[in-house]
Amino acid sequence: MALRIPSGTRDVLPEEMAALRRIEQALLATFLEHGFGEVSTPTVEYEDTLRAAEIGLGPAYRVVDDHGELLALRADMTVPIARVVATRYADSEPPLRFCYAARAHRAVRPHRGQAREFLQAGVELFGVPGAAGTAEVLTVLSRALEAAGLREFHLGLGDARIYPSLLSAFDVPEDGRAKLLAELTTRDLAGLDRELLALDLTPEARELLSRVPRMRGSAQVLEGLPVHVADAVADLREILSLLPVDVAGRVIVDLGRAPRLGYYSGHVFEVYDPALGEPLGGGGRYDQLLGRFGREMPAVGFALGVDLLHEALAGEARGETRLGGQGS
Amino acid sequence: MNRYGLTIAVPRGALMDGTLERLEAIGIDTAEVRSNDRKLLFEDVGIVTMRPSDVPTYVESGAADIGITGKDVLMEQREHLVYELLDLDFGGCRMVLATKAGPDLAAEALQRLGVMRVATKYPRIAGEHFERTGRQAEIVEVKGSVELAPITGLAEAIVDLTATGTTLAENGLVIREEIATTTARLIANRVALRVRAEAVDRVVEALRGI
Repeated sequence: MALRIPSGTRDVLPEEMAALRRIEQALLATFLEHGFGEVSTPTVEYEDTLRAAEIGLGPAYRVVDDHGELLALRADMTVPIARVVATRYADSEPPLRFCYAARAHRAVRPHRGQAREFLQAGVELFGVPGAAGTAEVLTVLSRALEAAGLREFHLGLGDARIYPSLLSAFDVPEDGRAKLLAELTTRDLAGLDRELLALDLTPEARELLSRVPRMRGSAQVLEGLPVHVADAVADLREILSLLPVDVAGRVIVDLGRAPRLGYYSGHVFEVYDPALGEPLGGGGRYDQLLGRFGREMPAVGFALGVDLLHEALAGEARGETRLGGQGS
Repeated sequence: MNRYGLTIAVPRGALMDGTLERLEAIGIDTAEVRSNDRKLLFEDVGIVTMRPSDVPTYVESGAADIGITGKDVLMEQREHLVYELLDLDFGGCRMVLATKAGPDLAAEALQRLGVMRVATKYPRIAGEHFERTGRQAEIVEVKGSVELAPITGLAEAIVDLTATGTTLAENGLVIREEIATTTARLIANRVALRVRAEAVDRVVEALRGI
């Protein structure tokens, strides 16, 4: 018989394992240095718990145990750690800081080279609201990547509230809002423009709703934005001012970010490296998630794909500073 | 490398001429691409050529920073995490449901058997169309020459892309329904879109200005 392993999973042999372990340890050491305590949670949780989080991405793998209970493999560590905070730290004074390096599981489509099981390293910060909390984890994120040896990375920073605020400000009717947000979530900016033309809007509103999601770059993109998004803009400015200068220098302000997962409520960010065609991690604020577990508390965190980080490091070492790897 | 410093995925086939015309118009020398039919990678001008249906795969992975492909491909392969930046307004086609001329055998099958067989290269687009319109269809995926299916009795109907309808007509098929219209689109890798924002925007502006 063929001794197969499920698609999207893999064995790691000593040479690679040593490299992955070094990366993981560099990340964890940085997290600990910044006051984040390492936690471990069960690989399987009750499916109810993972679903109660109402995240966009539900658990992909379920099993019925010997008591007839429905268990599921976690899709990330954010929900299990939120559960820990809501139960084990129910009476603790915030702020609370946790970090982890752990495996999680997600559904994959066949033949796409996606991982079904992957190692994530990240932090979760509870009880520090707004820009201050976000700036703290962005700084830890940046320091951890530096400790792992990554040099060329950028931090894409946006706010999931921006587009919805604009839609409210211009009184876009409910069905139109849904259509525009769907185009933005599916990354179809041509479709966005088409839907905008179909709506009864002033030329100014139409121009702004088309332009803002395309804006990304230095802090300059925050200039001249309408008053309707003042809260988000003020927040993003504050984050930038709170970051150490070198970290702020890595930020690409990105006004086109639609919420990545259902639980993100405000600031969102992703890590980009020119040596890798996909983000190697990301995170954001999820201020409503804890409330669903019975304890209202603002929260922010990120997760890095350790395998992706390894790939990006290898790419940088080969001198692939541009995407595509065809040389310049 | 071209003046924008971006690797561009160019579709072979029906969209190729229109694509190269536009790239030429924004200052990318495409002479070698036009003259060499076998070569796939043109490093000097930052162009890679491939089947249109492979463009999203290359762009998503970052093997190309930006690319041009048909909306039909993007609709069928929606799982690719790429950004669609611009409707390039050429290569216009219609996604249609067609059957043999004469009495509508597909409608008849639906009435008689409750289900019709539909051959297509676009199983997702076809499947969703029938779901949306509340009809049962058995989708048969084929890789090419879809017109053959109704003629040989493999299926009662086809869902396929057509520009002029000539091939359909030549094979004795008539269009019964129009499902969508498609044109060529400019897509971008999600990391390139941020890290090489300025270059990507220059391409978009130049293409808009043609």
